[in-house]
Amino acid sequence: MKARVYVMLKNGVLDPQGEAVRHALGSLGFDGVEGVRQGKVIELDLAEGSTEATVTEMCEKLLANTVIESYRVEMG
Amino acid sequence: MKAAVIVFPGSNCDRDLAVAFEQAGADVTMVWHKDTALPEGIDMVGVPGGFSFGDYLRCGAIAANSPICQSLIKHAERGGYALGVCNGFQILTETGLLPGALRRNAGLKYICRTVGLEVASADTAFTSGYNKGDVVNVPIAHHDGNYFVTDEKLAQLHDEDRIAFTYTENPNGSVANIAGVVSKNRRVLGMMPHPERAADTGHGGIDGVAMFRALMDQFATA
Repeated sequence: MKARVYVMLKNGVLDPQGEAVRHALGSLGFDGVEGVRQGKVIELDLAEGSTEATVTEMCEKLLANTVIESYRVEMG
Repeated sequence: MKAAVIVFPGSNCDRDLAVAFEQAGADVTMVWHKDTALPEGIDMVGVPGGFSFGDYLRCGAIAANSPICQSLIKHAERGGYALGVCNGFQILTETGLLPGALRRNAGLKYICRTVGLEVASADTAFTSGYNKGDVVNVPIAHHDGNYFVTDEKLAQLHDEDRIAFTYTENPNGSVANIAGVVSKNRRVLGMMPHPERAADTGHGGIDGVAMFRALMDQFATA
């Protein structure tokens, strides 16, 4: 089974990379991009029967830094 | 003073840090990240700069979960001293020994130059060789040195006088110009600038020497 973890900088934490992407889109002529935030997706191949609670624990301990990042887990 | 300097795959300031401790008179042992225990009787653990584990996932995140860091955490919880420089600071925040996190520099560029640092607190074993308000020149060399803490935590750091150094001109976007902070018991310091690279006349500056000397004095009088 698979799990997918989305890690994003928390709202309120400035994302300089997202800002740079927003500027670049503007200079390519894409108007109206009011904000860009860049995160990461982590895909996990897990043994059958693994639980979302375990993946959440992985996020808390390693996959996200909860001081500055939020995460979301999708199972299956 | 008996010091240990941890070496991770990708550390590149480990020998510089060891030399700075040795020149101040410390007895230094290098410790590999896979070791599970620090040598007996260690007073100070140096967590060096570099790019441990290639900065994979987040700077310092993998190193913070390496076997030796469990011993480092126990050492700090026992009241032991630790100094984390650059990647070492990132590692110490990832272990939770120090508050906050280091984000990508606001200007997105890797910055390598000497900066002015104001001694914001001289009330630590690391900074007692300076006076509060002194400005020292120390090099930075980082891509992810943009210090972040919540407003609430920042107020606590101010109240507890835990900000050791601030930048005179903020190079990276750090909250409140913070360049280095200490733990609640004031025995763990993390800082992005490299005092070990300002510790010999050959470096072009010796403003970091006072830190290593002050640490030695701390243990000489203890």
